[in-house]
Amino acid sequence: MTVAVIRFGGSNCDRDTVRALDHLGIDAELVWHEDGLSENVSGIVLPGGFSYGDYLRAGAMAAQSPIMDEVRAATEEGTPLLGICNGAQIGCESSLTPGAFTTNESARFQCEHVYLRVENADTRWTEQYEEGEVVELPIAHGEGRFEIADERLERLEADDRILFRYCDEDGAVTDTANPNGSKHNVAAVTGERDTVAVMMPHPERVTLPDIGSTDGQGVLTGFAE
Amino acid sequence: MTSYTATVTVRLKSGVLDPEAETTQRALERLGFELDDLRSMDTFEIDLDAESAEDARERVTEMTERLLANPTLHDYEVQLDER
Repeated sequence: MTVAVIRFGGSNCDRDTVRALDHLGIDAELVWHEDGLSENVSGIVLPGGFSYGDYLRAGAMAAQSPIMDEVRAATEEGTPLLGICNGAQIGCESSLTPGAFTTNESARFQCEHVYLRVENADTRWTEQYEEGEVVELPIAHGEGRFEIADERLERLEADDRILFRYCDEDGAVTDTANPNGSKHNVAAVTGERDTVAVMMPHPERVTLPDIGSTDGQGVLTGFAE
Repeated sequence: MTSYTATVTVRLKSGVLDPEAETTQRALERLGFELDDLRSMDTFEIDLDAESAEDARERVTEMTERLLANPTLHDYEVQLDER
């Protein structure tokens, strides 16, 4: 069984993700989107990058790839899926997850480290953390502002579907600590099943100890069988 | 069959922040222009042949809802002209 890291034209965090998963002892392989999913897929990553040049809207084109029908079918059978950055945008564009990630409030591409507060530690993506714990992960996006109708967001919050929020070093969720203007500082959200999750920050960039922090390992450990 | 051009205008729903429009407005103001507000939107022109205007409108609406607009962010209008 292996985790499929789906590569679209313009994905660029795909190899990093495979390497990070390998480091955690999780078997992973790159899958070109036109090749489709194989039978023995134990998990799916929609990796970061700039698929199809962010034409129309970030993630809009990749969301139309035929492999996404296979991805949807697999997630409906319980296969875990994580969308990271551009993968999160693809997840929302294909309605695997709610809302949309759109232009940062600053209207700029932002590449920086941010603090995240763990909101729900009861999913495979967050069970390595404590609820309320603060972790530090990098972001690198121009379209990461989480947008959704207020009443839908309230429902997501009531159903405990927010995994991480942007916060300050002490865990306070404030406007100042919100790097992109996301509604209610949302950085990560689950689909209808909590086996499906998307996040704008990059856990795969803080997984290999050679680089320094390993705060992202907990998220990717969600693929361990 | 009749030839049509459909003009699809996709704009942000009211209340959704538009940082690009705000930046553009600030740039115009920096150039010395006076303005009250500025909104940006995308326009797509689609040429197609259809049995009727209703048929053309239905197809273009489906294209818009499936790809051109994101219902979380956008409202849209379709204008149809014979070509």
